[in-house]
Amino acid sequence: MKLYIRATGNISPQKTFGHPAFLADPVEHSGNRLNCIEPDYKTIIDIKLIRRMSRIIKMGVAAAMECLQEAAIAVPDAIVTGTAYGCLEDTGVFLTKMVEQKEELLAPTAFIQSTHNTVGAQIALMLHCNGYNNVFVHRGFSFESALLDAMMLLNEGEAGNVLVGGIDEITNASHTILSRFGLYKNEPGSNLQLFEKNSKGTIAGEGAAFFLLSGQPVQNDCVTLDALSTFYKPVDDDETISHIESFLSAYSISAADIDLVITGRNGDLKTDSVYDQVMQSVFADKESVNFKHLCGEYPTAVSFALWMAANIIKSGILPTVLNSNGAAVKQIKKILIYNHSQNIHHSLLLVSAC
Amino acid sequence: MNAPVFIAGIGAISAIGNNAAECLTALENGEAGMGEMRYLHSMHGKTLPVAEVKLSNEALAQRLGLAAVISRTAMLSLMAAKEALEDAAIPDWKSLRTGLISATTVGGMDRTELFYEDFLADHTKGKLRDVVHHECGYISELVADELGIRNYVSTISTACSSSANSIFYGARMIKNNLLDVVVAGGTDALTKFTVNGFNTLMILDHEFCKPFDENRRGLNLGEGAGYVVLVSERVAASLKNVPGCRLSGYCNANDAYHQTASSPEGTGSYLAMKGALEKAGLQITDIDYINLHGTGTQNNDIAEGTAIMRLFDPLFPKMSSTKSFTGHTLGASGGLEAVFSVLAIREKMIYPNLRLQTPMNDMPFVPETSLVKNAAVNHVLSNSFGFGGNCSSLIFSKT
Repeated sequence: MKLYIRATGNISPQKTFGHPAFLADPVEHSGNRLNCIEPDYKTIIDIKLIRRMSRIIKMGVAAAMECLQEAAIAVPDAIVTGTAYGCLEDTGVFLTKMVEQKEELLAPTAFIQSTHNTVGAQIALMLHCNGYNNVFVHRGFSFESALLDAMMLLNEGEAGNVLVGGIDEITNASHTILSRFGLYKNEPGSNLQLFEKNSKGTIAGEGAAFFLLSGQPVQNDCVTLDALSTFYKPVDDDETISHIESFLSAYSISAADIDLVITGRNGDLKTDSVYDQVMQSVFADKESVNFKHLCGEYPTAVSFALWMAANIIKSGILPTVLNSNGAAVKQIKKILIYNHSQNIHHSLLLVSAC
Repeated sequence: MNAPVFIAGIGAISAIGNNAAECLTALENGEAGMGEMRYLHSMHGKTLPVAEVKLSNEALAQRLGLAAVISRTAMLSLMAAKEALEDAAIPDWKSLRTGLISATTVGGMDRTELFYEDFLADHTKGKLRDVVHHECGYISELVADELGIRNYVSTISTACSSSANSIFYGARMIKNNLLDVVVAGGTDALTKFTVNGFNTLMILDHEFCKPFDENRRGLNLGEGAGYVVLVSERVAASLKNVPGCRLSGYCNANDAYHQTASSPEGTGSYLAMKGALEKAGLQITDIDYINLHGTGTQNNDIAEGTAIMRLFDPLFPKMSSTKSFTGHTLGASGGLEAVFSVLAIREKMIYPNLRLQTPMNDMPFVPETSLVKNAAVNHVLSNSFGFGGNCSSLIFSKT
């Protein structure tokens, strides 16, 4: 089910929107919460609409619009989004008022915009897109499920092109609550030194990354998504390794064919050990790079990694911020993204030059 | 890609019964499940009727052998999903590629709203165990883990059409040869969040709802869960009891009109029904029964009715809204109504649309007002339309 990544649009804690030079000017964050660098929405979305939109809706809609513009497609055949937490800000607003006002005198706007399909629906509404529209809300599989849906739609011939996005936001309340679960580092320092800390916990992130996928190439298409696989709650690292090995053999490739592995290390000593095991056993001596020091950890962070893989292939550049030891890099034609979220949701994405 | 997908098992829990058989009995006897709030504690308890599952959290937990602090959404889901898997009786399902595709709009909100009361007063307070299952996907994982499903787990949330989408996503995973068996459907528990949310939209009826009545005043919220077990042709052929029903058509379209209101022409609904017929290769005259989305709001019923008129006029099949029994169960409704559609085929029965007194002026058709028995039900069209313009239709066909 090979498909073409025609265009991308990405709002993240890095300078990614508006297609600046690829990760040439990494943004340093301090603290354990990486917020998105947001564009001036007035140039992208009707000002009357902006006023009613929460942050995640604006980020999602703007990233989707940039992606469609780059692809020169006015209305896609289908829109599929993935979001683990959905519209947290509006959910929080309605919940707070409901509790504080004891269920009285509530306004509908926050409730209306709290549903998980709000971003996908707003995109459809703005584009007058009557096509297939679906929303996946499955934790660390949300974006992967959306991608699989798009791959099936293209494979079935139900769509010629599909707009796929991964979106999640941090709010003050969500960050406070998730911090109480002990997920984040107490003294994170700079995100750019995330992997030098050797301590417990990670840093929180958020983002909105969209992709225009198509079954047939047009002139300038040069990146393909060749394969996708997910596995759930492996019992141990051996099972993880065996899943990865069967994935490679199912697509008749060996570790030697892969030029670069992008791993989802997030700086947490405990869960990063899974990547160490995998790299040592399956990908010994392979180049690997990380991405969560740039975007932080969140359930749909793989969408940032896919954006990065597509851009590495397209630009032929491995930015310095990824290549910290300055290793000589040969031409990168095949990238494997391996990510896991809390050792529960594991995913593999194979991206190639074509 | 065009291989058929069969329904090998069904499971349901709603205000009219704790399993599919009990729900069927209530549908036959015309017994609606609405009433005064008993298990949900809301200040609207006396004024807004709801269709609650008639089991407390403690009773549900006891039946399932779980702790009562788990989200009600997960417990309802497990009740129905377990029943569906047992009904399918696939001896070797654990050795097949089996997945769970669930759907929900509220996830663990019933516990989150408890947490929030303490949390708002002091951010270091509130029991974390009450918020740990907030995410929709967590609800599905609690169920998958209890059932022992590991190959594939996912969750869809497209408002009121959520579980229609999970059922047809599951069928497509079988057609794409990614899975052999899929437990698919959806779940939602009543929460203060949804009751208050719908109340702000002023679309809740203060009496029992009257879908497709000229004098309808809104919907009643309900809760429950409904799941079907979808199997490939190969698995179906290996079963002792050959499945009597298959999912023959499906389509998802977007109304792209308004975040909460449906377009007057019912564009999304029309496209979803039309697309499902095309997918199934059926003519409008092949449909014997439409299980309506039929919420009872002014806006939904006129949009859905208009779409039906555009597609079927003048050859209208029999139709009814079973939300007049179960209330609107949101993310569970597509799953529950899928179960009712399968039962309509199996039992040769068309359910009444309760409390319909004055048919809608602008519509040239009238839904069934009493039970039809010994009906030839070969093809059922089931509609699920939601906020965000998300419209999906499914077609179930006798094999």
